[in-house]
Amino acid sequence: MKPMMTDRDDLRFDAGTVLTGKWHGHRYQIVRRLGSGAQGMVYLARACERKVAVKMAKDRASLISEVNVLKKLETLRGEPLGPSLFDSDDWIVNGRTIGFCAMEYLEGTPLQEALKRTSFDWTVVYLVQLLKHLQRLHETGHVFGDLKPENLMLMNPGHSVRFLDFGGATRIGRSVREYTVFFDRGYWGLGTRKAEPGYDLFACGMIMIYAALGHRFEKKGQGEGQLLQVIRTLPRLAPYQAVLAKALKGRYVSADQMRRDLLNHIMEKQEAPAACGKRSRSRANAGGGWLGAWVTASCIMTAYVLFVIVYVM
Amino acid sequence: MHKGTLKQILLITDGCSNQGEDPVAVAALAREQGITVNVIGVLDRFDSEDGRGLQEVEGIAAAGGGISQIVQTRQLSQTVQMVTKQAMTQTIKGVINRELQDILGESETVEDLPPEKRGKVMEVVDELGETMDLDVCILVDTSASMKAKLPTVREALQDLSMSLSARMGNNQFCLYLFPGKRKQAQKVTAWTSDIGNVERTFEKIGTHGVTPTGPALKEAVKSFSQLSKKNLLFHDEAYDDGPR
Repeated sequence: MKPMMTDRDDLRFDAGTVLTGKWHGHRYQIVRRLGSGAQGMVYLARACERKVAVKMAKDRASLISEVNVLKKLETLRGEPLGPSLFDSDDWIVNGRTIGFCAMEYLEGTPLQEALKRTSFDWTVVYLVQLLKHLQRLHETGHVFGDLKPENLMLMNPGHSVRFLDFGGATRIGRSVREYTVFFDRGYWGLGTRKAEPGYDLFACGMIMIYAALGHRFEKKGQGEGQLLQVIRTLPRLAPYQAVLAKALKGRYVSADQMRRDLLNHIMEKQEAPAACGKRSRSRANAGGGWLGAWVTASCIMTAYVLFVIVYVM
Repeated sequence: MHKGTLKQILLITDGCSNQGEDPVAVAALAREQGITVNVIGVLDRFDSEDGRGLQEVEGIAAAGGGISQIVQTRQLSQTVQMVTKQAMTQTIKGVINRELQDILGESETVEDLPPEKRGKVMEVVDELGETMDLDVCILVDTSASMKAKLPTVREALQDLSMSLSARMGNNQFCLYLFPGKRKQAQKVTAWTSDIGNVERTFEKIGTHGVTPTGPALKEAVKSFSQLSKKNLLFHDEAYDDGPR
């Protein structure tokens, strides 16, 4: 959400500034800015030789709700879904009270950048991972809400996706706290803003469309028809048309269901190189030996991607 | 259990009032009657005249205990629903602060609690914001300069209706346009739980030159007493049906 703010709450601080928590007394020295948004600022900071991410909020209510969710996730076993929470406190500076929390600093590539750099085959892999995490999150009784590439991080070793920003996380059954129009099913006229698993799954579908197209776009007229048209016309999305249409129309009841369906479609896609071979045959008349190389390359690529999927799972 | 109702006026305008009483004063009156006044200023250019508009927008919201936000036309939808929700949270927090004053002490508020306790209070605030009933009287400026922006306003109101209907509590809306044909503000939709069908009302309106923001706000405040009369009526009926 980025409406223009009349900027009363400036949260810019220089590197070297030291924050001291009012309640817990921990000290954090700002190293550099990691990011900023409508909700606040995130800094990389040092606390006792440890790198942490310090998030300062313009609206403390939103920060507190994020902290509440992070605390609940701490109790989950297994692979962490997001950053772990170290501290939540207030910092009093120049008579102002700024709420902040200190979280694990996730070292990696924001998915936003990763999607631009890697091939579309990888997008599908990230999505399969994302759906696995969403299933676990939904089981805790929350939806993620503001699901978009900016709120996801690709961890450096291992290429695994982690959630970055839980500001939009909402208890199932309530109204979604935060959203971004492009990824919001309400905007596209394809459902309500009630927090239910299908809300996040719609956003997953939109992430895929966004990755295939490379940019966002605005609604023109009737949303559903427009989105289905986009899915039909993008060749990269062709193998996943059915999955996407179901996700956008809210036909999946759980992330798990969508994940299995998506995996099935990826596996079926194996046959694609053969189909490609047929098509390139007509072109191969001129090129001669190209066909063999083409098919081999395609097979190697597919095998590699499959191997990675299996490895990551 | 009845948790009470939040009352809001949402004023969507693009500039300065130039007729009737001072809108800031009327907003203060509204606040006295338990109605929060939020203002959204739809400004596309920040020229000198808009500077004055900005001041008025902020003044009305401050006096009305609400939130003001200046937006470009295209960001209207998201802003309208966000401002409405934030104002709800703000009102609930204010009530909680007053209720807890015995515990918190004179000068302290919930904001001064340690983060852990504040987190728990915020969960209650969230819960109330989700389940309390909400009445919003929407007031749209249809003076000449707003004409081109009206289709976006219509979309924003539909979006607001959708956002709020995702809540568990009940919502009621009514819609006034100002200036009206004969009166200073014209009621186009009486209190209803669905403003999804405001489309037609917007097609019929002609735009005028004057901007009687103050008188229009007054009409909006009055609309809440009509609503409470209506509720009272329902209440009486329920009473009559009861055992004697």
